[in-house]
Amino acid sequence: MNIRDWPRLRRLALRIFLAHMAGLAWWLIYRNLQWFSRWLTYDVFGMAKDSHLSSAVEFFIYEAPKVLMLLTLVVFGVGIVRSFFTPERTRRILAGKREIFGNALGSLLGVVTPFCSCSAVPLFIGFVTTGVPLGVTFSFLIAAPMINEVALVLLFGLFGWKVAALYAGTGLVIAFFAGWAIGKLRLERWVEPWVFETSTGVGQSGPDEVLTWADRFRYGLDTVRDIVGRVWPWVLGGIAVGAGIHGYVPEDFLASFMGKSAWWSVPAAVVLGVPMYSNAAGIIPVVQALLEKGAALGTVLAFMMAVIGLSLPEMIILRKVLKVPLIATFAGVVAVGILIVGYLFNILL
Amino acid sequence: MKVKILGTGCPKCKKLFAEAEAALAASGVQAELVKIEKLNEIMGYGVMMTPALVVDEQVKVAGRIPSKEDMVKWFVEAASQNA
Repeated sequence: MNIRDWPRLRRLALRIFLAHMAGLAWWLIYRNLQWFSRWLTYDVFGMAKDSHLSSAVEFFIYEAPKVLMLLTLVVFGVGIVRSFFTPERTRRILAGKREIFGNALGSLLGVVTPFCSCSAVPLFIGFVTTGVPLGVTFSFLIAAPMINEVALVLLFGLFGWKVAALYAGTGLVIAFFAGWAIGKLRLERWVEPWVFETSTGVGQSGPDEVLTWADRFRYGLDTVRDIVGRVWPWVLGGIAVGAGIHGYVPEDFLASFMGKSAWWSVPAAVVLGVPMYSNAAGIIPVVQALLEKGAALGTVLAFMMAVIGLSLPEMIILRKVLKVPLIATFAGVVAVGILIVGYLFNILL
Repeated sequence: MKVKILGTGCPKCKKLFAEAEAALAASGVQAELVKIEKLNEIMGYGVMMTPALVVDEQVKVAGRIPSKEDMVKWFVEAASQNA
């Protein structure tokens, strides 16, 4: 080892130490939130126990920092994972893959590849013009927004890991089948013809940067700043409304119209969910409070999937490259998948 | 020297344009900074995720906003190659 490496090594050791300290502090705060929210509500604010207001306040003081802390940690981790998966690399993996296997791979890669609906169009063109089958492209395009880190964190934080896993699992299944069905239907004629005539440089000169771990950490921090910075007002607003419902709406109030016995609640949830977009972060806490008051889990899952997976703005963006019948098929197939999931969970659970 | 910002007008694309402008000023390099918003042209560079930064026809980064230091480094490098 060279003597000149010492300052660099010391800096590295210091960074690792600081990262551990930050992790430890995170853990200690996270573990004590429940206790802290009770102490603040009842001892510091001096609120009466079992009142509507105090239970709403306690709920908010506990859930808001909990969800924001989880969000920060997970988004950071996801950012690091995503630094390994560029759209170019994903495209290379998916090119020429056949249906079934390609659909499965497309759905899975949709989860880990960085995606934003504003680049849905260039991504779509890049994929279909370089040998990724249409159905496989759709599996990717369905999974990418639906199974996103913000939704998963909120589901995990507010409902527990089982619901989060159910959501991710069923989301993958829907992306797989919907993409497979679109591939089987041979709908290439409903892609705008100019798409296939676009001469792209995809696969020839795309940036293939070599990232160091310091770069990946920076990428993770950037992702946190970007995503948490964007969604935190929605999260807080959603939790505030959820806290209100938690404190004030009577138990089982919703069972009559969002419960299992109301068959129409699942389609109604899907229809309501489609126009809502990007404020999924704000909707999930509200939905959690609804569930507590007697709504059925299948209905709730269907609602969230419709909000996140079927968004009107994204369809409008995709109109640039897809003709209306294909967009309708895409929306229809995904909606059917969501309905099945909704009914299935209402029956099973 | 020519610096191009590829993007279809998303918020991040505007941010990258502003930051590239600042980095260019900081680097002291003379260059023409242009926005490329046409999809065909963007695809021509093989970019699937916007925004992207192109320095002298070479894609430096796509899908994220690079640090100011990185941008300054690229600008200075490209300028010295041109000289």
